[in-house]
Amino acid sequence: MIFSFDLLAEALLFGVLLGCFYAAVSIGLSVSFGLLDVPNVAHPAVMVLGSYFTYVLAGYGFDPIVAGVVLMPAFFLLGMLIYRFYYESFERRGTEAGVRGLAFFFGLAFIIEVGLILAFGVDQRSVQAAYIGTSLALGEYRIPYRMLVAFGVALLLTFSLSLYLSKTFIGRAIKAVAQDEPALRLMGANPVRIKQWAFGIATGASALAGAMLIIVGPVEPALDRLYIGRTFCVVVLAGLGSMTGTLGAGLILGVAESIVLMFFGASWAPAVAFGLLLVVLGIRPQGLFGR
Amino acid sequence: MKYWTGAAVLLIAAFAASLSDVNEYFFYAAFVVLQFIVLATAWNILGGYAGYVNFGTAAFFGLGAYTAVLLFKALSAPLAVQIAGAAAMGGLLGFGAGMLTLRLRGIFFAIATVALIFILETVMINWRYLGGATGLQLLRPDVAAPFDSYTRMLFFVMALEAVAAVSVARYIQTSWIGRGLRAIRDTEEAAEASGVPTLRLKLVACTVSGALMGAAGAPMPMYLSFIEPASSFNLLYSVNTLAGAIIGGTAHWAGPLIGALALASLQQIVTVTISNEVNVLVVGVLLVAFVVGAPDGILGLFKRWIRF
Amino acid sequence: MKRSRRNLLKAGAALAATAGIPRAAFAQAGPVKIGMSMPQTGSLGAGGQAALVALRLWVDDVNSRGGLLGRKVEFIVYDDQTNPANVPGIYTKLLDVDRVDLIIAPYGTVPTAPIMPMVKQRGLLLMGNFSFQVNAKVQHDMWFNNSPWNDAASWSDGFMKNGQRVGAKTIAFLAADQEFAQNLANGARELAKQGGMKAVYDQNYPPATTDFSSLIRSIRAARPDMVFVMSYPNDSVAIVRSVNEIGVGPSVKMFGGGMVGLQFTPNMVNLGSLLNGIVNYNSYVPGMKYPIDDFLGRYAKRAADAKVDPLGFYLPPFNYAIGQMLEQAVNGTRSLDHRQLAAYLRTNEMKTVVGPIRYDRTGEWASPRVVQAQFRGVVDKDMEQFRKPGKQVVIYPDEYKTGEVIAPFEKARSAK
Repeated sequence: MIFSFDLLAEALLFGVLLGCFYAAVSIGLSVSFGLLDVPNVAHPAVMVLGSYFTYVLAGYGFDPIVAGVVLMPAFFLLGMLIYRFYYESFERRGTEAGVRGLAFFFGLAFIIEVGLILAFGVDQRSVQAAYIGTSLALGEYRIPYRMLVAFGVALLLTFSLSLYLSKTFIGRAIKAVAQDEPALRLMGANPVRIKQWAFGIATGASALAGAMLIIVGPVEPALDRLYIGRTFCVVVLAGLGSMTGTLGAGLILGVAESIVLMFFGASWAPAVAFGLLLVVLGIRPQGLFGR
Repeated sequence: MKYWTGAAVLLIAAFAASLSDVNEYFFYAAFVVLQFIVLATAWNILGGYAGYVNFGTAAFFGLGAYTAVLLFKALSAPLAVQIAGAAAMGGLLGFGAGMLTLRLRGIFFAIATVALIFILETVMINWRYLGGATGLQLLRPDVAAPFDSYTRMLFFVMALEAVAAVSVARYIQTSWIGRGLRAIRDTEEAAEASGVPTLRLKLVACTVSGALMGAAGAPMPMYLSFIEPASSFNLLYSVNTLAGAIIGGTAHWAGPLIGALALASLQQIVTVTISNEVNVLVVGVLLVAFVVGAPDGILGLFKRWIRF
Repeated sequence: MKRSRRNLLKAGAALAATAGIPRAAFAQAGPVKIGMSMPQTGSLGAGGQAALVALRLWVDDVNSRGGLLGRKVEFIVYDDQTNPANVPGIYTKLLDVDRVDLIIAPYGTVPTAPIMPMVKQRGLLLMGNFSFQVNAKVQHDMWFNNSPWNDAASWSDGFMKNGQRVGAKTIAFLAADQEFAQNLANGARELAKQGGMKAVYDQNYPPATTDFSSLIRSIRAARPDMVFVMSYPNDSVAIVRSVNEIGVGPSVKMFGGGMVGLQFTPNMVNLGSLLNGIVNYNSYVPGMKYPIDDFLGRYAKRAADAKVDPLGFYLPPFNYAIGQMLEQAVNGTRSLDHRQLAAYLRTNEMKTVVGPIRYDRTGEWASPRVVQAQFRGVVDKDMEQFRKPGKQVVIYPDEYKTGEVIAPFEKARSAK
């Protein structure tokens, strides 16, 4: 096994870029599961759906990132619809529904996956852009531009969402709902509508995350299965409810995966996210930055 | 007594069928249906009775399959030993996973069980002796008399397993274990407070459930004469099992039996007549439909219908 | 487990009588059913679709000549999506529900591996389809693989020998963890050792890997003289893109060898100039002397209608040849009995569009004919450029050679 500090440094750099990407991919789940307590295991599937829509739009000449942004309002509405359905079917009926709600989202994830297979087939899809396929040369290091682009968009998405939640009125209402729902109700606000709005935002973020996913590499319908581990690992590691924690947790996962890739080979990398998740659940279930 | 008579009759019928002239493909498909009856029944012991949703069925199933392969490749073990070994490993995994994760609430437990699937799959991918990601071709010894082919023999073996699994579930349900599990499902804190040994009961359920799932996985390598990680640890095993139990009804041992029988049979018909993908759509749609509209499953609908 | 022909007939008649499924042909009437699974989607999909056009062309051709044994040929094919898990179920369905008389293996080693034990145990003739050493462990005696290679040496000799000629001393191996690449890697490692090469890097990757940047980075750090890659189409494309994205370093003299998928026309067109410099195996490139032109012309028309690879160089001729061999065997033995057909295929030389074919006792071509060719001067988004010789310069073997390899790899990428 070849070891050199250059290689380690390049792996770390790649890990940081990757980690930021993972954070952006998980931020929607941070809102829907971290803040709203909705067991949304279909979140990666919705994201892959976003990737495929990006692919379709890119076929018409859209730049993938532009396509992702264009899709956000549509996904926002989709999110609100899903939450409404979930609320009417489960949350309204009490705690026993928690288990059913989980089963519902698993069913939804598979329906989306099969729908994509029936519509697009199992073949991999990717997009073309000027920044895909070339890299930035820094001395001996080569950093693919697609990773830099994903990194940039991810940072932007994470910070905007963070700012939105802490600075705007609705954002703070969402946080309030997460912390103390009865109090909010007493103040006259409708928590269901706030939650619906929040879920919509989370899903809208997934659209952009999906665009980044297909920029970073090719997608296929079953890709969501791998990302269940990554997104939940990030959200749990961050601690439920912490937005900036998501960034930190994402970085930890990204670097961990990159290091494992370098030292133990590509065949162990898929287990990193899930392994880390189990470790966190076992040792410190409240996460690093959680409430 | 009625139960045991019924079980005996079914087994005799299965045995007779496997020696008859019925088309080979029937046994090929029926094997899968019986497999899901075992899985759904096993799942329900923890998921239905105790209320802990285990999404890691594929991990136990795959572990059972690979244990069977290991025993076959290293020791040329006969099928009975493979099944016993698989059950033991499944039980061990259930016990260990239970110790680590049963104190986590609801969704965390479910996600932790999903983690098991991917971690075990990665372990098998890296285990070259058992084939790694490439997989292993298995040359089976000649099939034992009186059966004509492996498919028929394994069909009967799986029928035996199904009867065993349902019997175990029935026993647990009607015993003090079942009562304790139901108390846990309804309100765990109250159960603790009134002296129910919750952790021990949950561990028993987890271990038994895991053992049965492992046993369900053991005949698979012989059935295909091939094994590889991606399909052995496929998340679809988890979804189909969960759906079978929920569709049938989780409160009673007959629920998973009915649900898995109906769902798996429908899927086999769809696979032969339409396509493989559509059968995944079938399970997804039915799962969502039942979870939303008929949370007590077919048994619940039946009860409601009888009342009229 | 052996079944005598009488037992088969008895069982079949009983099945037909009791199973309630409409009676399939077992006497002298009805079609001859030929069944297979073909990867039409997934990693091998593009190749499989082209191959299927050729097979259907053969079915039409043979039916226009009166079919087999005076009966019409019916062709039943399913899509296994390049997923080995789907294959046993498909062949069980073909054999027990569709009740086919003859089976052909799916294109590719990975989809074929799972059914080898099954066909051996059921005593069936299996026509292999571009697999590599998939019968090595099972050792079925009724296996006849149609592909221009035999063992690992027949594949990698061209790459290794040319590497030695340009002075390479060290080698890196990158192989997918699946049946094809592992079979080839095991053989190639031995040959490298025998040839005095030192392996400075040797990694397997899981077949689902999509991002190769870390692997390419590690290879670069190892500074090998040659990189022997054994990959399937999805990975091959990703590896080519990665090599172009971050570079494999100035030390590399030759790159490629066993990359499946760089022969599929859609991939060649999509990758375009990214392919330049890569030395890779092939089965046929324009310029090679095969009695193939008539076939290619008729194939091109069909392929255009099916909206599939119109060049049809890599797989289609060989799949057509499978049909031709079956036809010659059936006509030669005047039967559909698998044992008799196998005996015929083992002892006779058959004439096909890819030349004469004779089998050795392991069921592989007795005279392998793999070429190694270097991509040179390929431009983007142009399919027609591949029709004429010149873009793939054959560097091995001597009888088909059209040029010398250009090394190092970086230099070859800009050469014409």
